[in-house]
Amino acid sequence: MYETTYHRAGSVADAVRMIADAEDGKFLGGGQTLLPTMKQRLAAPSDLVDVTKIPEMKGIREEGGQIVIGAATPHAEVAASDLVKSRLPGLATLAGGIGDPAVRHMGTIGGSIANNDPAADYPAALVGLGATVTTSKRTFSAEDFFIGMFDTALDDDEIVISVSFPAAEKSAYAKYPNPASRYAMAGVFVARHSDGSVRVAVTGAGHYGVFRVDGMEEALASNWSPDAVAGIHVDSGGMLHDVHGSAHYRANLVTVMAKRAVAAAG
Amino acid sequence: MRAVRQVLRQTETGKTGLRRISGTGGTGAFFGRETMAVEGIGARALRKEDKRFITGKGRYTDDIVAPGMGYAAFVRSPHAHARIRSIDSGAASVMPGVDAVLTGDQLVGDGVGNIICGWMIHSKDGSPMKMGGWRALEPEVVRHVGQAVAVVIADTLAQARDAADAVVVDYEELPSVTNAVAALGPDAPQIHPEAEGNLIFDWEIGDEAAVNAAFENAAHVTRMNIQNNRVVPNPMEPRAALADYNSAEEHFTLYTTSQNPHVARLVLSAFYNIAPEHKLRVIAPDVGGGFGAKIYIYPEEMVCLWASKRVNRPVKWACDRTEAFLTDAHGRDHESEAELALDSDNKIIGLRVKTVANLGAYMSLFSSSVPTYLYATLLSGQYNIPAIHANVKAVYTNTTPVDAYRGAGRPEATYLIERMMETAAREVGLSPAEFRRRNFVRSFPHQTPVIMCYDAGDYDATLDAALSAADYDGFAARKAEAASRGKLRGIGLSCYIEACGIAPSAAVGSLGAGVGLWESAEVRVNPVGTIEILTGSHSHGQGHETTFSQLICERFGIDSDSVAIVHGDTDKVQFGMGTYGSRSGAVGMSAIVKALDKVEAKAKKIAAHLMEASEGDIQIEGGELKVAGTDKKLSFTEVALAAYTAHNLPEGMEPGLKEGAFYDPTNFTFPAGTYVCEVEIDPETGKTEIVNFVAADDFGKIINPMIVEGQVHGGLTQGIGQALLESVTYGENGQLLTATYMDYAMPRADDVPSFNLSTHETLCPGNPLGIKGCGEAGAIGSPPAIINAITDAIGNNDLSMPAKPEKVWALYNSTMKQAAE
Ligand SMILES: Cc1cc2nc3c(=O)[nH]c(=O)nc-3n(C[C@H](O)[C@H](O)[C@H](O)COP(=O)(O)OP(=O)(O)OC[C@H]3O[C@@H](n4cnc5c(N)ncnc54)[C@H](O)[C@@H]3O)c2cc1C
Repeated sequence: MYETTYHRAGSVADAVRMIADAEDGKFLGGGQTLLPTMKQRLAAPSDLVDVTKIPEMKGIREEGGQIVIGAATPHAEVAASDLVKSRLPGLATLAGGIGDPAVRHMGTIGGSIANNDPAADYPAALVGLGATVTTSKRTFSAEDFFIGMFDTALDDDEIVISVSFPAAEKSAYAKYPNPASRYAMAGVFVARHSDGSVRVAVTGAGHYGVFRVDGMEEALASNWSPDAVAGIHVDSGGMLHDVHGSAHYRANLVTVMAKRAVAAAG
Repeated sequence: MRAVRQVLRQTETGKTGLRRISGTGGTGAFFGRETMAVEGIGARALRKEDKRFITGKGRYTDDIVAPGMGYAAFVRSPHAHARIRSIDSGAASVMPGVDAVLTGDQLVGDGVGNIICGWMIHSKDGSPMKMGGWRALEPEVVRHVGQAVAVVIADTLAQARDAADAVVVDYEELPSVTNAVAALGPDAPQIHPEAEGNLIFDWEIGDEAAVNAAFENAAHVTRMNIQNNRVVPNPMEPRAALADYNSAEEHFTLYTTSQNPHVARLVLSAFYNIAPEHKLRVIAPDVGGGFGAKIYIYPEEMVCLWASKRVNRPVKWACDRTEAFLTDAHGRDHESEAELALDSDNKIIGLRVKTVANLGAYMSLFSSSVPTYLYATLLSGQYNIPAIHANVKAVYTNTTPVDAYRGAGRPEATYLIERMMETAAREVGLSPAEFRRRNFVRSFPHQTPVIMCYDAGDYDATLDAALSAADYDGFAARKAEAASRGKLRGIGLSCYIEACGIAPSAAVGSLGAGVGLWESAEVRVNPVGTIEILTGSHSHGQGHETTFSQLICERFGIDSDSVAIVHGDTDKVQFGMGTYGSRSGAVGMSAIVKALDKVEAKAKKIAAHLMEASEGDIQIEGGELKVAGTDKKLSFTEVALAAYTAHNLPEGMEPGLKEGAFYDPTNFTFPAGTYVCEVEIDPETGKTEIVNFVAADDFGKIINPMIVEGQVHGGLTQGIGQALLESVTYGENGQLLTATYMDYAMPRADDVPSFNLSTHETLCPGNPLGIKGCGEAGAIGSPPAIINAITDAIGNNDLSMPAKPEKVWALYNSTMKQAAE
């Protein structure tokens, strides 16, 4: 690791000022991605601005029919939240299946989505539920927020403050983990809202990060059952391929995980 | 170092026990156990060493600090094969904190020797193996990604790394090859000038003519191509070294992660010209796992010693995980063709094997013995096979060197023969259990056609036990029930045999070993009756402090807190060959037993003298020496004290109570057993779940069943890793694509089932305790059982390890498609 200077921000304004003052500063969430990257000497920020102690960025609350999760909330808290478990069971399952206990107690939802690893779990929930991302500057729909592999619409000095999830009628997440890293090789989030609209969002499998599967959404809107998606296959052309699986195999996993997510949602 | 003083105390029962008190001012904490346990052979004694490991009080090489030490960082090749045009260390050497940037030219100039391979193999034409030169820092041609070309010594690790990044090496890239069969091809790049066509040796064993005759008369022949995948050992503690040169005494001390510190000292001294043995002390303190990878003397440890003298300060190096992936000796990597000939009664009449073994870019210390004498000599399995012939070609490739890894050769042999047995049984329509039973060896000693002479065993007993524990007969019902849940269920067997306790020195010498493979021990009884055992075995997870103590408790009836095991330091322990090949029990403990015999004899002489009895009437019981049939007795402590006060010893007897012994085994030992694996496969994803795993083992005498179970758990888990998960993948240009835990899948707790274990003892006649060994069996016996179960489930035998989900899924789908057509 290269030398760096640690700062602890007490407020969002504080954090914005600290980043502006730094030569090449970075926000620090739970450090579960950033610190390993620094240890491998692949990143060398001059300053780290810790945003996890900012009160307005912490905790989970219900607000106008939305579940609002502070960006500095660790995965374990989301997984254990009664509110999340009752209103968005798919989101609780997802958070409880990220990494291992140590990662879940340190890693944050804000850090996860700001990083936008194509194999990360949260992007599937945000897109699958049609969430809104509130930052220090503006708000984004989930689809506008995630741009591509490790790429988001955030400016360098912009902080994710919270994520608001509309409560769904049914939701579930099915993940096929990479046997080595346990990130998603294919993670499918399905949700049905009270207006009958359906979303199917896939993470881990696609070249450009999270994506929706229109064909599955249409099929499920008219027939909410695993069988409805069993015959729908995504084009393997857009799928990742690496030592863990070919594009063809990942495309298969998307269908299988979609079926299982629908079955789990009941 | 903190002084520890030992004091006598009286326990409530009046028995003399011992407690240790730390000697810092007399107020130190007590750490003796309240209730003393006399836990002898067979007791499930809790591990003495665990308290320090679990509470973070272990002392590993990287924990040790020497005043003024600098840190080493290596400059490594990013290429699999390249000529070094130049190394420019100008910018690096003036960076903050940098003491020196050292390269291979300086190393060679200082007369540091090449890294050696300690086992000579001759090809079938009689020519010696063709060994290319391996320099600890390479000045001319790099041959694998990660090979060290320079080292930076600096005040801090960060400074050393920064400067290592600033060393500019100009490479001319050369074509490379990572697959061994490809490396033998006509267009393959030449890796070492010494080994034409990259062939190190073309070796054979067995009677080729007899095998040919058997195949001519065969009623059925089973043929298979079998690969044994390359794996990375991954001990929890990465390698590390702290080298400390004392210029006034011209003396070196090396703290390092070694399974065999005396062998390290011998090799560093005799071959690498670091220092004569009496000027070199090697200490292997707590070592966190080895699995073979810490047997060898690697470039980095040697460079630290050399650099310590060059810069005249202690030098510390600790490997990071990716460096470990790139430089720790890998395991396995065989490609074989095998043929099994059966007669009309389905008895085996011949086995023919051709193996290509990938040894990587250089020949590591024992690399040549692994695919030869540790492999082909076990191809007879548990079976009566009258004729065997094996041909092994060892090959250089542009990959990390390959050497012994948990099992070393025996897993490769077992995987081959046990997949052949299962396949042959399926082909001839016999149950795999019945086919094996028909061919079991049943009379001992049994001379195989490939050198080994099995001394004792009962293969029916372990097969019967395993089948019954696995409810083999109930499998069909379980398969049907799984099918109703959409799962494919399969069952597979493996009846393994392996060779441990390596090995009779004269025998291994005649086969090419450069060292003898005996072990030594010293039993030092202190005047207060406590005992220190100095052993040449080395514990890096095996629990020797517990099991070796159990021998002493058994012998003298004293509690285990009164016994200390001293190991891992060439200045303390007389000599030793170290721990690998499950030799600490069969060989290391045998040496202790020999020394204990001598101590016991002398103690009895003293006791007889003091109690005016005849020596033959003295019995040792519960920590006392008694005169049989009387109430006369002396405590062990009183006898020890008498030996040291020497006020009243038998005429002519030397004072003291301390004896040493060397033990050279008379044969290998032959642990054996049957493993049954039952799997369920998700046909939609190809993922395998091990739903039941039964291991019935014969390890000979068991000293501590709990520790044996732990060894089996660990071995099975590594076998499961090899069979299902661990996949070393080299990409184009020889890059290792699986060099972190993000890409290299190690087995985790949720990848393994709760194991069903049992042991069935036949004593090894070759050593005093009857021990066979248990350290590697799990890793040896499990892979074929797992693959046999998967191929049973999917109805397709064309599966190689690791059985990654995609592979299984694709194979199952193609099988179904074919069946439909
Ligand atoms: C062993 C291991 C296993 C893992 N397994 C999984 C898994 O299965 N699934 C999964 O999804 N993830 C997994 N992760 C990643 C984990 O979820 C991380 O927590 C997450 O990716 C990053 O969150 P963090 O809070 O740790 O962010 P950090 O590492 O602190 O930061 C990551 C990036 O986000 C930026 N950032 C952080 N917070 C904010 C903010 N509020 N606003 C703007 N930018 C911000 C940082 O500047 C940095 O660029 C794993 C990580 C590890 C170490």
